[in-house]
Amino acid sequence: MVHSGTSVVGVSVRGLGKAFRGTWALRGVDLDLAPGETLVLFGPNGSGKTTLLKILATLVRPTRGSGVVSGADLVRARDQIRHRVEILSHGSALYEELSARENLSFAAAIRGDRPAEGAVAAALERVGLGEVADERVRTLSSGMKRRITLARLLLRRVDLWLLDEPYTNLDREATKVLEAALQEHQERGGMAVIATHNFLDGFKLATRLAILARGRLILDEPRGTMTLPVFQELYALRTEGGGR
Amino acid sequence: MNFLALAAEILRKDLRIEARSREGLNTLLFFSALLVFLFRFALGPTEAQVRQGAPGLLWFAFILTGLWGMARAFQIERENDCLEALRLVPGDLGGVYLGKVVGGCCVMVATELAIVVMFGLFFHLDLWPAGGRLVPVLILGTVGFVAIGTLFAAITAHLKAREVLLPLLLLPLVIPVLLPASRLTELVLAGESLGAEPHWLRLLLVFDLVFLVLGYLTFPFVMED
Repeated sequence: MVHSGTSVVGVSVRGLGKAFRGTWALRGVDLDLAPGETLVLFGPNGSGKTTLLKILATLVRPTRGSGVVSGADLVRARDQIRHRVEILSHGSALYEELSARENLSFAAAIRGDRPAEGAVAAALERVGLGEVADERVRTLSSGMKRRITLARLLLRRVDLWLLDEPYTNLDREATKVLEAALQEHQERGGMAVIATHNFLDGFKLATRLAILARGRLILDEPRGTMTLPVFQELYALRTEGGGR
Repeated sequence: MNFLALAAEILRKDLRIEARSREGLNTLLFFSALLVFLFRFALGPTEAQVRQGAPGLLWFAFILTGLWGMARAFQIERENDCLEALRLVPGDLGGVYLGKVVGGCCVMVATELAIVVMFGLFFHLDLWPAGGRLVPVLILGTVGFVAIGTLFAAITAHLKAREVLLPLLLLPLVIPVLLPASRLTELVLAGESLGAEPHWLRLLLVFDLVFLVLGYLTFPFVMED
């Protein structure tokens, strides 16, 4: 966590918990993220990864605990956080009857952003969809739809990216675009929390590695000199029994 | 983003989708035609019976098609988790509500006009002379219905039994709008002016306002988790 003047630049959460109808999906999570850091979150299905991302995005209110994202309180200053965060989740949040270009313009407009002239076209071009920018989304493949969501991510300059299984439906070429974009985001001081089951790609992107199991953060370490086989072994040991 | 600009974006998006979608307005129009056709069989050819039952039947058809339209407005948002993106809009989510209400009213009024025309044709009624007075009644009745309907469509959007729950919850609540709207329709079709029984008009206006304010104030809470 980095302090700049009176505001906290970065992410800091303490004792974060979320219960759904009496069942705890997340318990006592403490997490700090400094500018430029990318935390890759691994964990079995149902371990609370998506819940954590949704809390950080202000889509879900925590039942317990507190947190600050870029100086804004997770519960009391949700609007401020929404200006500073972009989430890529399981659903594409695309309207099938609109074109890729219209979808991106709409997404930017409702968040109060006016992308620079040509920015939408440039983002679509970058993900390799320049030629189908005006086609209706319903005519495109699921991989192409995923690329549009990637273009939407590129369009906004925000502090924190929250990526839930970002590799789903992305081919190698699109994965490279995502990796390059993440690199640029980090260089600008942007932070990212990525939830994934993809060890190979996730490990490569991480500056920090974390494991969630049964709603608890059981490991949170800098990647440092750790190798992928060592981490995988650690993961297997810590999450024995599937984490549930 | 300011409230009106957000409403305008939502409205523009919804109307664009409606205009392009084949299963949208086309299905509504086909369903409307089917309803009027069924009424024709139920009532028979006697003009007196038709004139007597017309206001109620018209509003019955409007509500049935309106319910379908309400559910569809949020079905579009449920697809691909678009609702989640709307919930992340910073600022006044009342803008989303307003955009949805205006969009819903546009679609519903267009369908209602088509139903009125079909009604006139099927029952050989000359509704043109009443047209100028009928349109404001349709608009006022629709505003009240859509104002409360949009709120309940949002409430039920995530529920499994939403198709059943939406009419169950909504229909009792729209009675204060339906009663004055159908009474005013009856007056207009009988050649009277809207001011002939002003208390019905006042009642309709009051409930439009109540439902709009209630929807605007409640919608942001409904959208939150």
